[in-house]
Amino acid sequence: MKIAVCVKHVPDAQGDRGFRADTTTDREAVDGLLSELDEYAVEEAVRLRESGAAGDDAEVVALTIGPADARDALKKALQMGADAGVLVSDDAIHGSDAVGTSLVLAKALEKVGADLVLTGMASTDGGMGVVPAMVAERLGLPQVTYAAEVTLSGGAGGTVRIRRDGDASTETVEASLPALVSVTDQINEPRYPSFKGIMAAKKKPVEEWTLADIGVDPADVGLDAAWTAAVEAEARPPKQAGTVVTDEGDGAAKLVEFLASQRLV
Amino acid sequence: MAQVLVVVDATPTPESSGGAVRKASLELLTLARRLGDPVAVVFGAPEGADAPAALAEHGAAEVVMVGGADVVDHLVAPKSEVLARLVEERAPAAVLLPSSPEGKEVAGRLAVRTGSGVVTDAVDVALDGDRVVATKSVFAGSYTTRCAVTRGTPLVAVKPNTVAPEPAPAAGTVTVLTPEVSEQAKSARIVERQPKQASGRPDLAEASIVVSGGRGTDGDFSAVEALADALGGAVGASRAAVDAGWYPHSNQVGQTGKTVSPQLYLAAGISGAIQHKAGMQTSKVVVAVNKDPEAPIFEMADFGVVGDLSSILPAATEEIARRKG
Repeated sequence: MKIAVCVKHVPDAQGDRGFRADTTTDREAVDGLLSELDEYAVEEAVRLRESGAAGDDAEVVALTIGPADARDALKKALQMGADAGVLVSDDAIHGSDAVGTSLVLAKALEKVGADLVLTGMASTDGGMGVVPAMVAERLGLPQVTYAAEVTLSGGAGGTVRIRRDGDASTETVEASLPALVSVTDQINEPRYPSFKGIMAAKKKPVEEWTLADIGVDPADVGLDAAWTAAVEAEARPPKQAGTVVTDEGDGAAKLVEFLASQRLV
Repeated sequence: MAQVLVVVDATPTPESSGGAVRKASLELLTLARRLGDPVAVVFGAPEGADAPAALAEHGAAEVVMVGGADVVDHLVAPKSEVLARLVEERAPAAVLLPSSPEGKEVAGRLAVRTGSGVVTDAVDVALDGDRVVATKSVFAGSYTTRCAVTRGTPLVAVKPNTVAPEPAPAAGTVTVLTPEVSEQAKSARIVERQPKQASGRPDLAEASIVVSGGRGTDGDFSAVEALADALGGAVGASRAAVDAGWYPHSNQVGQTGKTVSPQLYLAAGISGAIQHKAGMQTSKVVVAVNKDPEAPIFEMADFGVVGDLSSILPAATEEIARRKG
């Protein structure tokens, strides 16, 4: 069974993230890393292979889109145990919105030929959480999202069953493979790459594809082809410093006084 | 005037069984009136639900009730398929959806299906000339962006507590649909549903007051719960508190939990990591209680108390009760 994990190289949230003049994310101002939420998907893929649940011939392929730097996200996935990496890189992709991104991912996934596609629940930069649904729609795959537990049965032609925890109920959802599954941060504890993993990653194959390799017309992606356009991106003015008091037995009274002044009690 | 489809979240929650209309849906109707004539689309509401009356009262010219096992027993694909048909038939000016995990996924599939641009996590939506423009805040609140949908039917997923719902009685003609959906859309099937115990508190995602506890509670949420109850609010938790097993994940506020946007967000014993900030930065008023004067939460608080939450919270609860008489 072939498991593809979609990963994203994102600006570190601890840094001072911002936009470029063309309203696209500034990827140079802040160091990039593998999106934290994608680590759970990589970990789950590797566990499914290690446990034998994905069959004896299981292979985990990490897939990303981005400029050359995005290789770093693949490198981390390989260090964690993915077997191979694919980077789709093409100048025409710059500025793509979620719709364009989903097109590139879907065409690349067709070429990878995965039985199971794993993703994180959202990226930590754009954070829209719509790309997995868009990719599933494009590929005509069942989409089983927000998994807190994944069980495979019957190998490549079999089924995937997940548990998801909602507000009102816990649901068990089932779909036949091939399918797309997004996972939450409740599903596992992603491993730190071991020294052995880091050394092994250096020898693992990473392919680089252009839009031509996956049959995407450059006119269908990028900033100009986006179905939404940022009209404005304004840095929010720094929040006015509020009042901070130190509790000397009267902290609660001052707090309630403040709430009353705001008509909140 | 053109129609505006408003997707009503009638998903059962511990506080409201399926069919009851949540406040966030009424907010969507209020926003929709800026763009055209609202048509409410209710998925999975049981027969005899009181939804149409409440929706008509808030401006729904028509209420489309979509039921049947094909829709209820599957995940998002059938809903986006039905909506795509409605978009084709009615050529609406826009589709507004709740910016919940499910609402966003329905919007994602619908975008691809109808060739339409989508904006999620919107905190405002309006017409700018003939374009639909949505406002959202990104990068954990450090930027505010305005996005225009430039292709197809604008699909905008809106966060709760964006506007105050305004009553505006309308016809509310009821149309009942029990659509057939494709086999492909039914390929993910819900095989089991275990209801959770109701907490009796407001729904976290749309509560107008949220009291959250973090590492500083040391695992004891009783003071947080008591204060939330005194204020009539919901209880939230930071990821640290959830990861420690002190509170359920469904109460987690932050990047990987719920996004909240209440009138008041009271953070008790929460340091305010960027991931937490991402989930609550659009709150109107932020109050923090923390022992550590250096905690980053104080930088975004309108009012902060440096001190021990285990004494401050109960005293505040008592004072609020006293004021209420």
